[in-house]
Amino acid sequence: MTSVTTDQKPILDLEGVGKQFGSVIALRDISLHVYPGSVTCVLGDNGAGKSTLIKALSGVHQPTTGTYRVEGAAVQLGSPRDALSRGIATVYQDLATVPLMSVWRNFFLGSEPTKGVGPLRRLDIAKAKLIARDELLRMGIDIRDVDQPVGTLSGGERQAVAIARAVYFGAKVLILDEPTSALGVKQSGVVLKYVVQAKERGVAVIFITHNPHHAYMVGDHFFLLNRGQMIENWTRAQVSLDALVKAMAGGAELEALAHELESLGGATQEAAREEISEMLETEQ
Amino acid sequence: MSTTDVPSVKPPARDERLAQTTAVTRLLRRPEFGALVGAVGVFVLFAIVDKTGQFASLNGLARWSDSASTIGIVAVAVALLMIGGEFDLSAGVMVGTTGLFMGLLVTQAGMLVWPAILLTFLFAGAVGAMNGWLVVKTRLPSFIVTLATFFSLQGINLGVTKVITDTVRVAGIDEGIGFDSARAVFATDLWDPYKFRIAVVWWIVITIVATWVLTRARFGNWITAVGGDANAARNTGVPVARTKIYLFMCTSMSAALVGIMTALRLRSVQAGQGVGEEFTFIIAAVVGGCLLTGGFGSAIGASIGASIIGMAFIGIAFAGWNTDWSFLFLGVILFMAVMVNTIISRRASGGRR
Repeated sequence: MTSVTTDQKPILDLEGVGKQFGSVIALRDISLHVYPGSVTCVLGDNGAGKSTLIKALSGVHQPTTGTYRVEGAAVQLGSPRDALSRGIATVYQDLATVPLMSVWRNFFLGSEPTKGVGPLRRLDIAKAKLIARDELLRMGIDIRDVDQPVGTLSGGERQAVAIARAVYFGAKVLILDEPTSALGVKQSGVVLKYVVQAKERGVAVIFITHNPHHAYMVGDHFFLLNRGQMIENWTRAQVSLDALVKAMAGGAELEALAHELESLGGATQEAAREEISEMLETEQ
Repeated sequence: MSTTDVPSVKPPARDERLAQTTAVTRLLRRPEFGALVGAVGVFVLFAIVDKTGQFASLNGLARWSDSASTIGIVAVAVALLMIGGEFDLSAGVMVGTTGLFMGLLVTQAGMLVWPAILLTFLFAGAVGAMNGWLVVKTRLPSFIVTLATFFSLQGINLGVTKVITDTVRVAGIDEGIGFDSARAVFATDLWDPYKFRIAVVWWIVITIVATWVLTRARFGNWITAVGGDANAARNTGVPVARTKIYLFMCTSMSAALVGIMTALRLRSVQAGQGVGEEFTFIIAAVVGGCLLTGGFGSAIGASIGASIIGMAFIGIAFAGWNTDWSFLFLGVILFMAVMVNTIISRRASGGRR
């Protein structure tokens, strides 16, 4: 389960998908294949079209051209609920949990277990708490108290609760929208650990990020998005971290910037050159 | 679904990191805690300044619970709505509108009292649904939408009443058939010689039901989620629009209950009935620990808030002070309660928010 085998059928694949808003072409000819039990990273800078791609994948937007196949069958996803019913779950960066509600209430939000009938139908609180605690433990998340408000958890733990929830409710494809972008180094590590956990449970993870370091730590497949187009498509074996970073930082563009700054001369010149060579070495 | 093979990883019975969450912190975290302390304080204050010697007796209780019950019935619904992240400024005028509606059905259309009551509830539900639908569809703040409803209804109340009756009141409701049985259910007295109002029983039952829904039912989970973060709720599949519309309907229908009670009790309804009460309901909910931003609060808290207001209205009269001062008291109470609630919730949630 841990490595991608090419004879496996993709659970989700896009073939020449494009999205146009009026005269603006947000996505052009995107082809993407996602396999169960693997992490597919979609990298791109701001404005590369990442959000539009997520929205197309999760059913918020409908692609204007191309085919979207889930488990081999072409689909037209009408809404996020539609996508969810096909096992495609999306965890948005800040819109995943309700801060003032407890961990267990968040875990079951929208799909609460109930007992009793008629007007006496009520939440099965004991069961919900037990399942929430067990499922979080299974993902390696040790929550102190499932009664505490989600807002008191760290950013990483909050993402983890959302991931564990999606996995528990049978997500086959898990789309993570910049799960580490607002987090510190340690917290990012926590989230990456859960990404691997989800993958090992057979989930196809689509990890959308602008951080090549985070992507390289967990990714099996790397797609690079720029100006609405897929410009690179690598498997892990085909690419090194350096190459990924360089491609991501837009190597040629940075060098041009360096020259431009150089021509300014003066005291800033040295500093600028240093800065840029540093950026070329280790982006971020 | 991976429900079957949950491994038997038993978490330790007590996590050592839980040490700081004492029973006291848990109590402080409850939204209605501040209101409870306030209620005790207000009670003690008015028991001390009381000139009649009646305030701290069953007689006094009957008096202030009468005042508190009609506030509390609507305040509980308003609290649920606020937890769901919305306001209803038309809740006060709805008391008058529904009272007039029922009164006109009985006195002008010659309807039996019970069918008129049923029709009044349906009418209130429809107005609430319209409020909710407008808020959800237009995405305008509910403050604006229901303010518009408030003024529209206030105009309709006066206009329609004047056109039909040539006065500003609808009288003679007690001539309707079935008035006595309806009065026995909605507006009678209990327990001689203290004369507790039956509205108090309705108030207590509604508080219990609302608390149960909020903490135990699925719908309650949705209320908190919708007010806490509507986007997150929508993303997890909570029907946000439906939840909000139901809450607006509940608020209007609770106002209708009070409108019907008032009409049956006084046997007549003034066209201006209920106007100004909307803020009393909101004050009760906020004093009871509801956050103005939604997502947090309690139904019991709103009832405690209503008790504080009831005690203040009656206590000021019992103390022999001029009742003109009661609104000043409400203002001060509101400010203090919000201050205390904010401080407590900041402390309890560990410096957050």
